[in-house]
Amino acid sequence: MPNYNIYVEYIYTVLRTIKPDVEFTENTDLVTELGLSSLQVMELIEHIEDHFDISISLNILPDINTVGDLARKLQELNG
Amino acid sequence: MLLDKFQSMAGVRAELEAIGIVPFGAVTEKITSATEGVVNGHQVILAGTNNYLGMSFEPRCIASARAAAETWGTGTTGSRMANGTFAEHIALEQELAQFYGVGQAIVFTTGYAATQGMCATLAGPGDVILLDADSHASIYAGAQLSGAEIIRFKHSDTHDLEKRLKRLGDRTGNTLIVVEGIYSMLGDVAPLKEIAELKRRYGGYLLVDEAHSMGVLGEHGRGAAEAAGVEDDVDFIAGTFSKSLGATGGFCISRHALLEAIRFSVRSYIFTASATPGVIASVRTALKILSEEPQRRERLWENAHRLYTGLKKLDLAVGPSVSPVVAVTIKDRVQALQSWQALLEAGVYVNLVVPPASPTENSMLRCSVSAAHSPEQIDQIIAAFAAITAKYPAGSPAV
Repeated sequence: MPNYNIYVEYIYTVLRTIKPDVEFTENTDLVTELGLSSLQVMELIEHIEDHFDISISLNILPDINTVGDLARKLQELNG
Repeated sequence: MLLDKFQSMAGVRAELEAIGIVPFGAVTEKITSATEGVVNGHQVILAGTNNYLGMSFEPRCIASARAAAETWGTGTTGSRMANGTFAEHIALEQELAQFYGVGQAIVFTTGYAATQGMCATLAGPGDVILLDADSHASIYAGAQLSGAEIIRFKHSDTHDLEKRLKRLGDRTGNTLIVVEGIYSMLGDVAPLKEIAELKRRYGGYLLVDEAHSMGVLGEHGRGAAEAAGVEDDVDFIAGTFSKSLGATGGFCISRHALLEAIRFSVRSYIFTASATPGVIASVRTALKILSEEPQRRERLWENAHRLYTGLKKLDLAVGPSVSPVVAVTIKDRVQALQSWQALLEAGVYVNLVVPPASPTENSMLRCSVSAAHSPEQIDQIIAAFAAITAKYPAGSPAV
C-alpha cells in the first residue's frame, strides 16, 4: 500500500505539471502559496484518483491546506 | 476580519465598472417580446435567456397568470406546510405526475430549491452522493448539506463512473447518482442510456436534473431520460419552471410512492413561501402547451442547428454537439469581457461565463436559442459574432 512519502512524491509530480515554475515543499499551501484555482485543485485530485485507483471524497477538502495535509489524509484513508 | 474575503470580488467589480463593462447583473430595462428587449441601454436580441420554447410571452400563459392573480391574490404569504398550499399547487403537481406517467410530484418555489433540497434530503450521513463533475451549483450545495460522502466522477465519463461504482462495493445500495439531462454550460447531453445500464448493473438510485432538457428533448418533451428510453431506470427527475415553461419554480417527480413522505423532510420545501398563484397558473398553461404543440420543439431545434452551424463556420470554438445551448469558448478572460460588451453594443445579449462558473479555466460566451427566435434573428446573432471575430481575431478560435 502507498505510504505518506509515495503520496507526497506523486503530488509533487502532478504539481510540476500544473505549476512548472513554482518551488514547493510538504508545507506549501496549495491555494494561498501555490495559487491553485478550485478547478486546478480538482485536476490534482483527479490525477491522484486515477494513479492510485481510488475515489477521494470531496468532504476531506476543507481540512486540506498543504501538500503534507493531503498526503497524510490519503494515507489515513487508503493506507 | 469577517468581510475581508469579499474585497477581491469588490475589486473585480470596480475594475469592470471602470472600463464600462457590467456583465454580471446586467439590467434588462425593457422586454418587448420573448426574444427582444433593452439591456444596459442597448436594444438587443435576447440570446441568453434559456427561454427555450418562448413561453414567457405566450398570451395564454399571461392570461392565466393575470386571472390567477385576480382570483387568488398576488402571493400565498406562507409555506406549503402551513397556509401556502392552494388548489392550484395540487393541480399542477397532479398534472406534472401525469405528464411524466408517475404517481407523485412535488412543486418547489425555485428550481434551485428543488435540486438542492432533493440532494440534501435523499442522502444523509453514511450514504454516498456520486455526482457528475460539471453538476450545477444547486446539486453541489445540496450534496454538501446532506452530510453524505460526496464523490464526483469525470464529466459524462461512464468509464470513470463505473470505476467508482465498483470501488463502492455493497455501498451502492446507499448511493445516489446525480446527473443532468443537458448540461447548462456547453449544452451537451448526458449519456443516460449508459448511465442507466451502470445503475442496473451496480445498484444505486438515479436522480436526473432535467432543467435544460425538459421541453427540449424526447418525443413528448419529457427530457433526456425520455429521449434515451430509460425513464423506468430514473428514480427521481428534478426540473425547473424557469426555462421551457417560461416562469419560475421547480419540481421533482418520482415513481417511488415514498416521495410523499420525502416531501415533508425537504427543508427547502418546508421553510420557504410557496410559489405565487400567478406563476403556478402560467406554468399549468405552459405545460399544456408544451404537450400539445410539439412544433415549438421542432422550431427550437431548427434554430439551434442554424446558430450552431453558423458559429462553427466562423471557426469559433462551439460545444461538442448541436444543442439549444451554444457556447463559444474564449481562452482569455479580458477578451471574453470585451467580446461580450461588443456583442451587446451590436444588439445581441448573451451570457458571459468566467471561471469558476465555467467548467474549465476558459471563459465562454453562452447563447441559448428559443423557438421564438426568427431565422433572421439567428442570422443577426451570427453576424454579430462574425463582427467581433474580425475585431478580436485573437479570441477565435479559442481553443
